Amino acid sequence: MKLLVTFSRKGGHEPVIARTVKETGVLINVERAHIDSHAGEVLIDVPDEYAQTVCRSMVGAGANVKVLEDAVVRDENECIDCGACISVCPQDVFFLDENWNLQLHAERCVLCGKCVVACPHNALSILE
Amino acid sequence: MHKSIDLINERIRDGNARVVSAEEMPDIVQELGEERALEEVDVVTTGTFGAMCSSGAFFNFGHADPPIRMERIWLNDVEAYAGIAAVDAYLGAASDSDTQGIEYGGAHVLEDLVAGNPVELRALSRGTDCYPRKTITTELYLEDMNHAIMCNPRNAFQRYAAATNTSERTLHTYMGTLLPHGGNISFSGAGTLSPLANDPHLRVIGSGVPIFLCGARGMVVGDGTQSSPGSQFGNLMTTGDLQEMSYDFLRAATFTGYGATLYVGVGIPLPVIDIGVVRSTAVRDEDISTPVVDYGVPRRDRPTVRTVTYQDLKSGVIEIDGEEVRTSSLSSFRKAREVAGELARWIETGQMLLSMPTRTLDATRTVHPIRETAQAPRVKEIMEKNVVSIAEDEEIRTAAKNLLRGETNHLPVLNGEGKLVGIVTTYDISKAVVRPDSGPRVRDIMTRKVIKTSPDEPVDIAARKLEQHNISALPVVDESDRLLGMLTAIDLGKLFGGRWRR
Repeated sequence: MKLLVTFSRKGGHEPVIARTVKETGVLINVERAHIDSHAGEVLIDVPDEYAQTVCRSMVGAGANVKVLEDAVVRDENECIDCGACISVCPQDVFFLDENWNLQLHAERCVLCGKCVVACPHNALSILE
Repeated sequence: MHKSIDLINERIRDGNARVVSAEEMPDIVQELGEERALEEVDVVTTGTFGAMCSSGAFFNFGHADPPIRMERIWLNDVEAYAGIAAVDAYLGAASDSDTQGIEYGGAHVLEDLVAGNPVELRALSRGTDCYPRKTITTELYLEDMNHAIMCNPRNAFQRYAAATNTSERTLHTYMGTLLPHGGNISFSGAGTLSPLANDPHLRVIGSGVPIFLCGARGMVVGDGTQSSPGSQFGNLMTTGDLQEMSYDFLRAATFTGYGATLYVGVGIPLPVIDIGVVRSTAVRDEDISTPVVDYGVPRRDRPTVRTVTYQDLKSGVIEIDGEEVRTSSLSSFRKAREVAGELARWIETGQMLLSMPTRTLDATRTVHPIRETAQAPRVKEIMEKNVVSIAEDEEIRTAAKNLLRGETNHLPVLNGEGKLVGIVTTYDISKAVVRPDSGPRVRDIMTRKVIKTSPDEPVDIAARKLEQHNISALPVVDESDRLLGMLTAIDLGKLFGGRWRR
């Protein structure tokens, strides 16, 4: 399960991720991170069965946690099933099925936004 | 055996014609053999749905009162060509909006009209005795036009070169987003369903042949501009009534960093008149090869990385230099099938009859590059040849002196063999003064990854490097990295004052 963790760094540089790993013993996969001097936003992937535990620990450390579902959205009126998005996606979210219809593994998305730029038909958007 | 077009049309009228798609035909020919396929199949339908920038439409808006001779015309702020007649225009799909840039282009105006949305017409005139009015602004729906005739100078290329990018940055091209370091491959075209790939010798496709064009009954005008069937890059000029077109088969698009374009659905029915047509329509994806071209080289003649087939491209992965590279199609094969299917339905229900070309096209024709009477300027013609440089083991202080002596902000750094290994700027020196613990030598503070140019590189390409990397000077080196000069923003100014000015 993908979790979007946001935290403020105003109160000091608390090692939120490291602390959670140490506390819960759950191995966390960091897929994307953006941390500047006053705030951090980290996208992590954890096994579904430990999502609750990880959430609790992070919230305990002062972070906000949001479960990522349908991170990338396709407008079926605009999409013409070309497949321009397929090869630019680092997560293999998109594929064409046997009838050449575009299909999505939306749960794999890490919000990089490359597909949004690559789509000629303005059919893809990323959860804000 | 030969089957006449009249016989085929008779069968269509009687509702007895056997119509198959170009995707089904190869298996039919394999199963029945050529002779029986010729007897049984009357029509093969083809289809493609992809970005065709070279599209547009002629309009006649009707006369206003008092009348105006429209000299400049905008439709939803996209300028149309008005040098035709008083109230006529040609709107190209690839022209951009004055207000929204490439996000809204001629293609989007066409899509809006076909989708039933109103469009604002704005026109200007000097005013004449017969046409006194000088301005007009009005709102028009597609049905308000006297005529709206799509006319596409080049559509339905037989095949397209696939694209990759071995450079170090992401490129935004008319072939879509190309990731750096050969990270992906993009391609276009319907392969086995492509109209011209099913008639490469132009035996049944030619002027006057009826076609499916964006949902309307259109026809082939003749050769497309830049058509090169002699090198398997043939294309067609097509026309059809915009007022009969459907949003399902006409879509506007924007390629990021490039421009607006129109996705056009084109299908051509091929009459199965003889064994030649049976053979050419038995073409499969694996029979159609195309080069994968490196767009990382910003020149006309881009290197071919390897040759692949449409079967390879559609498989989703291609091996290049031992690495698996993912592919992306820019055209829609699902929609291409829909085009071929819809066209088949028209013929099966007797809504479209076939005809042979009224004028055949030359299948050996090829195209050539533009004749350039003056070569685009090269770096060596404007670079600064008297360059002050420094050795990498010199002290930083010496570098500062050299910068002052050369009255420059950039100092190329050379190793013991005289090869370029870095660059030092006044900014690097300032940093070294503020943070003296970085080390005493030039090599300790120089930038090692130097963006450079060569003497024969066109100035336009070097100028783009300056712009993209937000820098103001490029060392000019030969093949073995020996320093020949420097190209600075100041040198670029020479182009505007000297002999290059036209």
